[in-house]
Amino acid sequence: MAAFRAPPRKGENFELSADLNSEYKEKRKDAIKRVIANMTVQKDVSGLFPDVLKNMQTDDLEQKKLVYLYLMNYAKTQPELVILAVNTFVKDTDDPNPLVRALAIRTMGCLRAEKIIDYLCDPLQKCLRDENPYVRKTAALCVAKLYDLKPELVIENGFLETLQEMIADSNPMVVANTVAALTDIHIAAAAAGSNTEVFVITSAVLNKLLIALNECSEWGRVAILNALGRYETHDDRESEHICERVVPQFQHANASVVLSAIKVIMIHMRSVRSETLTKQLVRKMAPPLVTLLSNPPEVQWVALRDINLLLQKRPDILSNEMRVFFCKYNDPLYVKVEKLDIMVRLAGPNNVDALLSELKEYASEVDVDFVRRSIKAIGQTAIKIDEAAERCVNVLMELIGTRVSYVVQEGVVVMKDIFRKYPSTYEGVIPTLCANLDELDEPEAKASLIWIIGEYANKIDNADELLGIFVDSFTEESYPVQLQTLTAVVKLFLRKPDTSQGLVQRILNTATKDCDSPDVRDRAYIYWRLLSTDPGAAKAVVLAHRPPISLPRTTVSPALLEELLGEIPSLASVYHKPEETFVGRGRIGADAIPKGGSELADDRATAQKAFQTVAAGQQAENLLNFDDPTSNDGQQPTGLAATTVLTSTPAATNLLSGTSSNPLDDLVSIFGNTGIGTNAAPPPTPGQPQTHLNAFGGLSFGGQPMSPAPPMTPSVLQAVSPPPQQQQQQGAQDDLLGLF
Amino acid sequence: MISAFFIFNQKGEVLISRLYRTDLKRSIADVFRIQVISNSDVRSPIITLGSTSFFHVRINNLYIVAVTKCNANAALVFEYCYRFIAIAKSYFGKVDEESVKNNFVLIYELIDEINDFGYPQNSEIDTLKSYITTESVMSTSIPAEESSKITTQATGAISWRRGDVKYKKNEAFVDVVETVNLSMSAKGTILRADVDGHILMRAYLSGTPECKFGLNDKLVIDKNERGIGDAVELDDCRFHQCVRLDEFDSTRTISFIPPDGEFELMKYRSTSNVKLPLRVIPTVNEIGTSQVSYVVTVKTNFSNKLSATNVVIRIPTPLNTTSVDTKVASGKAKYVPAENVVVWKVPRIQGGQEISLSATAHLTSTTHRQVWARPPIDVDFQVLMFTASGLIVRFLKVFEKSNYNSIKWVRYLTKLFIRAGYIYSTPQYDTCLLHVCICGMD
Repeated sequence: MAAFRAPPRKGENFELSADLNSEYKEKRKDAIKRVIANMTVQKDVSGLFPDVLKNMQTDDLEQKKLVYLYLMNYAKTQPELVILAVNTFVKDTDDPNPLVRALAIRTMGCLRAEKIIDYLCDPLQKCLRDENPYVRKTAALCVAKLYDLKPELVIENGFLETLQEMIADSNPMVVANTVAALTDIHIAAAAAGSNTEVFVITSAVLNKLLIALNECSEWGRVAILNALGRYETHDDRESEHICERVVPQFQHANASVVLSAIKVIMIHMRSVRSETLTKQLVRKMAPPLVTLLSNPPEVQWVALRDINLLLQKRPDILSNEMRVFFCKYNDPLYVKVEKLDIMVRLAGPNNVDALLSELKEYASEVDVDFVRRSIKAIGQTAIKIDEAAERCVNVLMELIGTRVSYVVQEGVVVMKDIFRKYPSTYEGVIPTLCANLDELDEPEAKASLIWIIGEYANKIDNADELLGIFVDSFTEESYPVQLQTLTAVVKLFLRKPDTSQGLVQRILNTATKDCDSPDVRDRAYIYWRLLSTDPGAAKAVVLAHRPPISLPRTTVSPALLEELLGEIPSLASVYHKPEETFVGRGRIGADAIPKGGSELADDRATAQKAFQTVAAGQQAENLLNFDDPTSNDGQQPTGLAATTVLTSTPAATNLLSGTSSNPLDDLVSIFGNTGIGTNAAPPPTPGQPQTHLNAFGGLSFGGQPMSPAPPMTPSVLQAVSPPPQQQQQQGAQDDLLGLF
Repeated sequence: MISAFFIFNQKGEVLISRLYRTDLKRSIADVFRIQVISNSDVRSPIITLGSTSFFHVRINNLYIVAVTKCNANAALVFEYCYRFIAIAKSYFGKVDEESVKNNFVLIYELIDEINDFGYPQNSEIDTLKSYITTESVMSTSIPAEESSKITTQATGAISWRRGDVKYKKNEAFVDVVETVNLSMSAKGTILRADVDGHILMRAYLSGTPECKFGLNDKLVIDKNERGIGDAVELDDCRFHQCVRLDEFDSTRTISFIPPDGEFELMKYRSTSNVKLPLRVIPTVNEIGTSQVSYVVTVKTNFSNKLSATNVVIRIPTPLNTTSVDTKVASGKAKYVPAENVVVWKVPRIQGGQEISLSATAHLTSTTHRQVWARPPIDVDFQVLMFTASGLIVRFLKVFEKSNYNSIKWVRYLTKLFIRAGYIYSTPQYDTCLLHVCICGMD
């Protein structure tokens, strides 16, 4: 194809037009190929529409496909002309060749021109009942395409009922595509706010799905497994039956089939009552999970993220398999990082030695980010396994001994956590840490070392000297270091008042007079007040006993964990974030609300992160829509609308509540007392939904954060029961919440 | 599901673009170019912007990209991208910019066939080849029965096989190819050894043959039930989609109707009783900043009736190496400056033999010590009739209506590719781990 990407000549379209009308077949076909090539590089060839259309009626299948490809691209821009193609399409759906029939129906569904749709229904009706399964499976998906374009037509023509019947089709591929189409329509309907369930899986449907599962293609299996995950079982016998039928899929070569099967098992295992069966299922799950690691890195990464979730639910699932997660030399960084996390999760007293020697190895690699994470992992291991803490400290000291700058800095940060967890245990290493004082140039590492010095001020002879260095350079340091220096000096003074009076005086002076940060200044004032009025109280406050730290076993709340496990291997499960945070359809159906919202309180951080991404997401959306100026106008109501949906669910309200680091939290104080008696929703404090509605509005409206505040009460009431209209709006504006 | 599919070249030019769904605009390709291709710090294969997620896979300087707008099945999207690559490879050999440009019409035809409205469809190469060909097909030239045969196959329960295959001589070749991952401590004790095995089959059998396949395995799901006798313990296995999984689950028999031609019948893992074909013991000394000395010893670990052939050992040297003096008793060793490695080739090593290399690399002096990733040593070689896991094919039975006789060939090929780390005598790492991974190459 020499013509591909040829330099633009003068009047190229004119030449193409001449060639398309040539009397020679080969010349015409070649011209079509060039048109397609130009289309791919986004050159405008829409002007050739009539010329290309002339070449549609042909026996050459390849040429037909090319013309169809062209039509799919430009049908929308040339609706009047598409009508000329209809005849050929309708004729093709009667062709004796099933491939041509299927091709015609497949393409008609993709044309997306209002005018052609009305002509689609009759052929579609016919094709859904075609004797050839290849045509039927194509037609099934065409119903979903039609629904996407004009839902009324699907309902009027009874296509939904036809699809329901097709679940009983004798051909497994037809069943799979029917399931995919129904699921697609189901989701679209839910997004549009429809209350009727389009795709209800009854026990009769279930049996058909289970039969088709073993016979259809790999992709069909995924569609069917998804549907099985949605089925609600009536008793534990039924759940057991599903699990038993799905387990063989663990041996499939396609990773998405394996992971989808694991999802179905995780969902239905909840209602399996037999202990032995549960144990057996979990045991059967381990080998395929490990085998997933022999896939290409991208698939591996998805599997690792899901394994991470599975381990949060069932920590014992891979207890003997830590070694398979050891990083390989040529693993991409994202895989290595995920493996590190899983290794720490699997670490126990019996395998900690192997883990430590691996981690030590990683700490000598070249990639700085990976090295730092490996050192962090050593610290996490120390905190997780008490009896291994000493060995971890030894490894850390060895690493700090290398005097590689970033290794030392990360090591110091990690040591601080170890001191938190095991106070007064490893004081012996403090001199080594202090010896590296000059190497530190990152705020976090400096702050950590200062914290250690302050904490053990009474055991370090020259603590005043060491802290003096930081006091001298106080104004040049970053704020976290300043805050830590301040606290450490006060600690030193409280422990050794005689030697450090001058030092504390000096730092309080500097901090209150020469420091720009209000935080540092305020803290200095508070210490000063405390020290001058009641040194005893100062001691109680500054030297108070700190609660011990531990490694959290889960990174998401239990309710969210259940939700995410039921979505393996979707994007949500990969990101460990609920779907609503990155898919902006504004749809939170009744079944999407996490059950048992009570435990969600500790999920604030997640919600917080999601909020912070919203602003970024909105910006990104603007970027995505840059060629469609109208969508920007539409964005305003969406921002608010989505928030109202979020707050309308009790669980979400909990998610939103009490986010302490939210910069807009101050608004709570403004509205906090505006009690709304009529608020029917269960959340504890009625003021909170308002606030966050407001906070959200502030984020999305940018310049005018307070604008939605005045009509507060009515909008909250709306929020509790959003009118269907509003939901429709959201469906149309699906770009809303961003993740990155 | 998948809303759009793109192929970009290294520069970010769109080579192929196909929108499957209407929730995206063509200009989304520009977003990917800006956010991923021109961004040097991309650390995840999935990028989500707003509610648009970009999944990308790289191959030969091409980006294969799938875009979704929903909470898509991430594993499925990546499997789909890799399937596309596999199909493209089998159609036009190599997947690179040149071949994509030369075959763009074919690619459009293919991606329309294997995906409809974002849902992957039949992607079995054998079936696709029966109706998507490189020559143009006249719809009139295919008789109606023929085309319906094609469609039945594309949707049938055995979508991977044509019904009318005929061979004069019915043959089936089975290749057992094994891959060993291994890590050893500095003293040579094995910390971890596991085998990744592949059983490749080339079936040239007429009609619709029903095959049964038997191994000397004892699939260990429960680690407490240890295998007895010569049974090999497989930790897990995965099968080509032609294998009936439900039958395997209930009776542990591997039965299937094979696709025509070459395919991967099964993959397996084994971690117990791994016999290592070769051992590589490298010692590396960094002498000051101007020299690195190497002593690499390779020991074979199989009976002296067998031999390893085509052994190629690649030993990495620091980036600022000027020259390397090598001394070997067998084979040839040469420093390849372009790749910063010493390549040591030995045509044959008999079982029970031991060979070694000693070398000194001279470095240019640099003002500061350069960071060097210390890549592992690669060893590539083949041993015939040896499997590290001890796996043996017990039987392959073929049943067909016409009851023909078939000839079966079994070959055990441990064509290997060892990646080895080495002991460093630099002050920091006196007793660090030695990594030797053996991976399979095809």
